[in-house]
Amino acid sequence: MDKRQAYLNGLRDGIPIGLGYFVVSFSLGIIAKKAGLTPVDGFFASFFAAASAGEYAAFLMILSSAPYFNTFVISLITNARYMLMTTALSQRFSQKTPIWQRVLVAFYASDEIFGATIARPGYIMPTYSYGLSTVAIPLWSLGTALGVVAGNVLPMRVISALGVALYGMFLAIIVPPSKKDTAVLLAVIASFISSYLCGILPVISKWNSSTITILLTIVISSVAAIVRPRADVEQEEEA
Amino acid sequence: MKYIHLAIMIVTIVLIRVLPVTLIRKPIKNKFIRSFLYYVPYVTLAVMTFPAIMDATLVPQAGLLAFVVGLIAAWFGLGLFPVSIICCLVVFLSEPIFTWWLYH
Repeated sequence: MDKRQAYLNGLRDGIPIGLGYFVVSFSLGIIAKKAGLTPVDGFFASFFAAASAGEYAAFLMILSSAPYFNTFVISLITNARYMLMTTALSQRFSQKTPIWQRVLVAFYASDEIFGATIARPGYIMPTYSYGLSTVAIPLWSLGTALGVVAGNVLPMRVISALGVALYGMFLAIIVPPSKKDTAVLLAVIASFISSYLCGILPVISKWNSSTITILLTIVISSVAAIVRPRADVEQEEEA
Repeated sequence: MKYIHLAIMIVTIVLIRVLPVTLIRKPIKNKFIRSFLYYVPYVTLAVMTFPAIMDATLVPQAGLLAFVVGLIAAWFGLGLFPVSIICCLVVFLSEPIFTWWLYH
């Protein structure tokens, strides 16, 4: 397949991804607005970061006036999965693919763009990924900006409803692997319960929510890694 | 200062994505780190989703219902976009009912 055809295929496959992004990033924009971001801030934050959970966590840091260090640590934690994804990508490039093209593909390796890229057989065609990004990333950014704007315009009921879109997306990410792998299922259930308990327990519930997220992630993931270590991690990675 | 937070976020995310394809030519050998990294995304997202989803809505019960319905929808194999939309619809439709039920 030539590069032009790969790019066009990328554009085509980017449309459903972009439409999904638009709705989800809209709800992200509502949180961005609460954090005091302007539509332009929201547009560029999404344009350069292209990470739902990562942006959400960073906006919460701004909202809660957290120390910069917490923003750094929470960014590491909420985006750790991308390290796994781009590590997987690194194994699928042809030796002929120049380093700058590897960097460009990795730059926009969001969950869905990574998924579509790695789902194709054979070596990665960077132009296909560029096609995906060309459609999906502007919609992601625009949705965030409009979410910031519409925070003023939309009725409370609609904002309340759109506010759960992101959580719906998170559920769609965590449930399928839980279904396939009991260890993930138990880790997820433990996460729900622990995070609920941390919200109601005395003393702990007063802590910054980012601190609780970081601590629970490290503790639960470590316990899971010790109790159920994995020998074949690459095969489990997915969008 | 919000722009410093945003800059930290962007630089961290870009490095996380770009460093593996430039530096790591071989897979990580350490079994614990590999296993730990495998669980991290799911645990983090789960911790961030519940109970926070109940704070996202005007009435916590609507958020809880969206959580349960979203779990079921995802369990039956629906993707990111459909699950998101379903959660939104559940809140939009149930919130007036919960409001009436709680405050009537």
